[in-house]
Amino acid sequence: MSVEIIKIALSLGLLVAGATCAAAANSEQDFKAAYAAAEAANKEASALRNQWTTTTSTLAAAKKAADGGDFDAAVASAREAEALARASIFQATSEKERWKAMEIR
Amino acid sequence: MNERSVIHRASATLAVLAALVAPAFAADTVDPVADARAFRKFFTDKFPKVKLEDFVNGPYSMNEDLHRQWEEKEQFPPYEFSLGMGKEMFSSPFRNGRSYQDCFPNGGIGVRQNYPYFDEKEGKVVTLELALNRCREANGEAPFSYVRDEMAALTAYMAFTSRGKPFDIKIPNDPRALDAYQKGKEYFYTRRGQLNFSCATCHVQSPGERIRAEVLAPALGILNAMPIYRSEWSSMGTTSRRFTTCNSQIRGVPLNPQDDEYRNLEYYLSYVSNGLPISGPGARP
Amino acid sequence: MASTIRVRATSNGDTTEVQTLIQHPMDSGFVKDAKGEIIPPHFIQQLTFEHDGKNVFAADWGGGISKDPYVKFSFKGGKKGDDIKVSWIDNKGATDTTTARIQ
Repeated sequence: MSVEIIKIALSLGLLVAGATCAAAANSEQDFKAAYAAAEAANKEASALRNQWTTTTSTLAAAKKAADGGDFDAAVASAREAEALARASIFQATSEKERWKAMEIR
Repeated sequence: MNERSVIHRASATLAVLAALVAPAFAADTVDPVADARAFRKFFTDKFPKVKLEDFVNGPYSMNEDLHRQWEEKEQFPPYEFSLGMGKEMFSSPFRNGRSYQDCFPNGGIGVRQNYPYFDEKEGKVVTLELALNRCREANGEAPFSYVRDEMAALTAYMAFTSRGKPFDIKIPNDPRALDAYQKGKEYFYTRRGQLNFSCATCHVQSPGERIRAEVLAPALGILNAMPIYRSEWSSMGTTSRRFTTCNSQIRGVPLNPQDDEYRNLEYYLSYVSNGLPISGPGARP
Repeated sequence: MASTIRVRATSNGDTTEVQTLIQHPMDSGFVKDAKGEIIPPHFIQQLTFEHDGKNVFAADWGGGISKDPYVKFSFKGGKKGDDIKVSWIDNKGATDTTTARIQ
């Protein structure tokens, strides 16, 4: 349940950030920074052996948008990918103890 | 605001309770015998009308209509072609003249129920699929894909020669073996993927219930029917195939077949089903 | 080469029950492969079961039938020891046939 809450909080945070930035269009630099951050988070998730398929596909969508020149969409996707990656990291670290709650005893 | 403080108070209470209970959880001596007993009791209590050996039939023991259809299907099972291919492959020699029979005890006949086992030299779990590919490579042949076709055919044949024999997985008195078992157990109960499911979410919490149109199998005896012809796949698939596709279905990037996590998982799941008969190769919806 | 057709026929008094499992890809022609290209249609179009010189079951199939099709039916007549001949033709003109004895 708390993963969901974190995810919702992150998404809301990103939406607000997106709304504030709407005035200034995103540049390729902005995309590169956002993408790098997302990739780094996804790499961390990979080291924890817990990547999500949706992280991978959102990263791909970000790259595709950037290749097409739509940096606003690309940055938005990259930020979402980072949020997904961070949620998967949270899941992996918290599950290290929480798995016991499901165990048959 | 009111709701939030209620939730906060509830979380605080739970945290206190968890802290109180924690010492019991933290008793970290690995006891596979106790685990297996509790595992079996959980499912036999949950489904008192299902005979112990019938748990290996998964969803068919959970639903009468499915069971009837399955009995009819077993007269002319869809895995027949794969089984035939496996038998042929198993008895054909490699280019160097040796064959699979040279790699396994008893020529590979009637031994499936002993896999996976803990290899004390290597310090890791060895599954049947891994052993088969190692046999090939040791004899100058290219390894097969772990998920389908040839690997499925070979394991289908080996399972068939062990039909009816009870799972007999051993955990030697070696801390590394206990560790592998424990890691497999942890994997089983750990939530993963964006859908936040663990293996237990479906196969411990919801056996007999539906996930979309499928009836879920209980975790007890869940590997006994492997490899399986799944109508969903329109083909034969191995344990590796099921582990990887399960991962991607809950939106988790699958690991590589026969990665340590999967080997350990197979070790755990097979061990807690000790005593239940091998029913493979199987058919599933 | 081994036949693609497995058949079992059992007689129950005056009815014979026939089951068959046929190995065939049954590609509909609507499915794409991993590269995104259409897998060309390749399916059985005609399936016949012959007993005593007559067709006791005939099927005209299209691409909607699944891979490795299974057919089960019963017919009046037929007794233990009789022959049942099963044949199929697919859209590429390939054929296979086999004969089984009623048990």
